[in-house]
Amino acid sequence: MAERTGNKQLVKGNVALAEGAVQAGCKCYFGYPITPQNAVPEYLSWRLPEVGGTFLQAESEVASINMVLGAALTGARVMTSSSSPGISLMQEGISFLAGDQLPAVIVNMQRCGPGLGGIQPTQGDYFQATRGGGHGDYRTLVLAPANVQELFDFTYLAFDLADKYRNPILVLGDAILGQMKEPAILEPDHPREEPDKSGWTLTGAKDGRPLRNIRSMFLGEGVQEQLNYTLREKYDRMERDEVRYDQRWCDDADCAIIAFGTAARIAISAIHEARDEGIRVGLFRPQTLYPFPFDAIRSLSERVKRLLVLELNTGQMVEDVRAAVGDRAAVGFHGRPAGGLPSVTEVLAKIEEL
Amino acid sequence: MTTKVYERPASLIDKTTHYCGGCGHGTAHKLVAEAIDHFGIRDRTVGVAPAGCSVLMYEYLDVDTAESAHGRALAVATGLKRANPDLIVFTYQGDGDLASIGLCETIHAANRGEKVVVIFINNAVYGMTGGQMAPTTLIGQRTTTTPAGRSVVNEGGPLNMAEMIAPLNGVTYCERVALFDAKHVRKARKAIFKAFEIQLNGGGFAIVEILSACVTNLKMTPLAAQEWVADAMVKQFPLGVFKDETAQGDGDAV
Repeated sequence: MAERTGNKQLVKGNVALAEGAVQAGCKCYFGYPITPQNAVPEYLSWRLPEVGGTFLQAESEVASINMVLGAALTGARVMTSSSSPGISLMQEGISFLAGDQLPAVIVNMQRCGPGLGGIQPTQGDYFQATRGGGHGDYRTLVLAPANVQELFDFTYLAFDLADKYRNPILVLGDAILGQMKEPAILEPDHPREEPDKSGWTLTGAKDGRPLRNIRSMFLGEGVQEQLNYTLREKYDRMERDEVRYDQRWCDDADCAIIAFGTAARIAISAIHEARDEGIRVGLFRPQTLYPFPFDAIRSLSERVKRLLVLELNTGQMVEDVRAAVGDRAAVGFHGRPAGGLPSVTEVLAKIEEL
Repeated sequence: MTTKVYERPASLIDKTTHYCGGCGHGTAHKLVAEAIDHFGIRDRTVGVAPAGCSVLMYEYLDVDTAESAHGRALAVATGLKRANPDLIVFTYQGDGDLASIGLCETIHAANRGEKVVVIFINNAVYGMTGGQMAPTTLIGQRTTTTPAGRSVVNEGGPLNMAEMIAPLNGVTYCERVALFDAKHVRKARKAIFKAFEIQLNGGGFAIVEILSACVTNLKMTPLAAQEWVADAMVKQFPLGVFKDETAQGDGDAV
């Protein structure tokens, strides 16, 4: 993670991501209240109109995601945010966004489940986020911030990626990241890249151009199959070009912790303590969960023979890590689900077990 | 010298539809196309077609269209219109879409006064899926999921959507029409024109509920199906204007 320069302010994660959306040129927000992300709609309810945008509190998450789809049809930069149960409700709409090849940004500040669960932090939605989540054979690119600065930066970036791939992009946070305050610079570190969308948006068929129709249902022989191949080709490009991760203290490491988001923050504390005791532990932190950094983890496993996957669940990302590592290194796991937070002591004990 | 008194609307694509003989969709599509032509709005109109027989509306109307998930047409329309208020946005929804799975979206979009036109085809049955009970199926009406006839005790009664929607604050115009004879087609045409005119003038939610015959799933001849609409359906769903905020008074509905 490169150090950012600029005016730092103490800001809540949910507000930082909302401002990241504004700076990215987000023109529309549709959402429904749910803890722990309510500061997002509350902030955007005054901030978006201030910059000429549209804020609307929808009647449900189901309506929210379909309003997002409607706005995306016009080419407007658009987002919604929610937390786990609300994101479950949005899955049909996310599947439609993927099938229609529409750009949109969706933020999930995870809370624990299954069911109503509770409002504590978790990483229980890893599978849902990285495997498409709704029906059909599709993927959404998933950005996993681990601090307030990244909430701003990744949300800002998510809009460019959504437009680049004409695909829904997920920002996957959790109840801690959304509600914590940290110093952050709420200014982008690069200009945004918004491509010309006039070649596909629904604007009305102007100047005699033929009608346009945006849909995901194709009844002709083989046409639906072809759409799926087209999507697959897009996901292949994402897998080639969009893998992001943060790797630290791995050069001299005897073992490494692989963790994302809040779990990575706990890992960093544990690594500092371990190194104070003379145990050389490294960190590998995926910043994209889909595409997953398989190659980088495979390389890591060729040098570091003991790996610990740390998650706020009972073991989801660890399946991807095991697939990347094979038998090149030992892969241990430690996780606490549904609001249980692994302590540094627990993590240190697990490292010693490896 | 000859004078052309009738022609296919320019916004209606010249092709054979997949609709069954006697189905109302073809007529309703034509009326929408005539309105688009009349107001010269082809270049700024976007239609939303949700799941159901009429999802294929985009095969027949020569305007920009989007598909929507079942029940979500009015959420998609809300997003379209809010993102680009210069567009003329309409939805074309069946009874299952608008009155069952999408009831929540319908009520809230109407209540917010979304500046869109809703063409609501009420044919008292699920067409595309093969004739199951709709929220507007009549009491006693046999469908593939009410083989003994719809019972109030088990399935509840039909939902009268125009009556439910008209009192909501954001609704500018709400009328129920039918397509069972030429006179009523002309009335339906007038209602659809009015709904589009309201949106052009910046007015609020405008809905036209159209009673239409699903000949195949009623298992009737086209003529008998039209008579069934005129008789049985109209008894449950009286025709008329339920709200017209552009007019003096409160409309002429019963």
